[in-house]
Amino acid sequence: MPDPAARLVELTREPIDTAALLAFVNTPECGAVVLFLGTVRELTGDKRTVALDYDAYPEMATSKMHELIDETVARWDVRRAAIVHRLGHLELGEASVAIAVSCPHRRAAFEAGQFLIDEFKVRVPVWKKENWADGTTEWVHPGLEGT
Amino acid sequence: MKVHVLFFARARDLAGCESVEISLPDNACVGDVRDSLAARFPGLAPLLPAMFLALDNEYVDDRAAMREGCTVACFPPVSGG
Repeated sequence: MPDPAARLVELTREPIDTAALLAFVNTPECGAVVLFLGTVRELTGDKRTVALDYDAYPEMATSKMHELIDETVARWDVRRAAIVHRLGHLELGEASVAIAVSCPHRRAAFEAGQFLIDEFKVRVPVWKKENWADGTTEWVHPGLEGT
Repeated sequence: MKVHVLFFARARDLAGCESVEISLPDNACVGDVRDSLAARFPGLAPLLPAMFLALDNEYVDDRAAMREGCTVACFPPVSGG
């Protein structure tokens, strides 16, 4: 993926325009496009979410998103890739993250998309804060629950 | 040397500020930042062992050497997506 225009990395406070992402990655050399959306889920176990607030360390998050795409194109035949994460206040059902990739064939597209979201969730400095139905709020930090 | 420290998410809540300047010896490493923060922010101290300290936008371990004017970000495990 030598063309720098073949990737899109963004943190945004606006709703994610998934049609624009699909248009960005769609190219005649590819026969497979995978779009993953992470959306705001209502139930975590028996706790009810009413909204999420997302924050990020923008400089490092952007750098890590580029790094993820670098690793992805080194492993799979990905021709275009887009990662967009939303920040700020999100209601139930809204998309917090969108990952789109295009490849000549579907297997690589699925695998590359899975890799990008899996690695995003452990490596990119973005955090969500739960707004629970009982009115309390709580940062989500895997491994630090109950501390 | 002077080091700029940024706090995010729960680390920011516990520190009570978004950033701080700290002074360290010239041969300081990232672990010295952790020790300095623990002394300065008692509310943050219990969770500091679980915090990441990123040096100039990279994950590093506590042995990483600091440079004059560098930025260290202190944050808990990430939860994007």
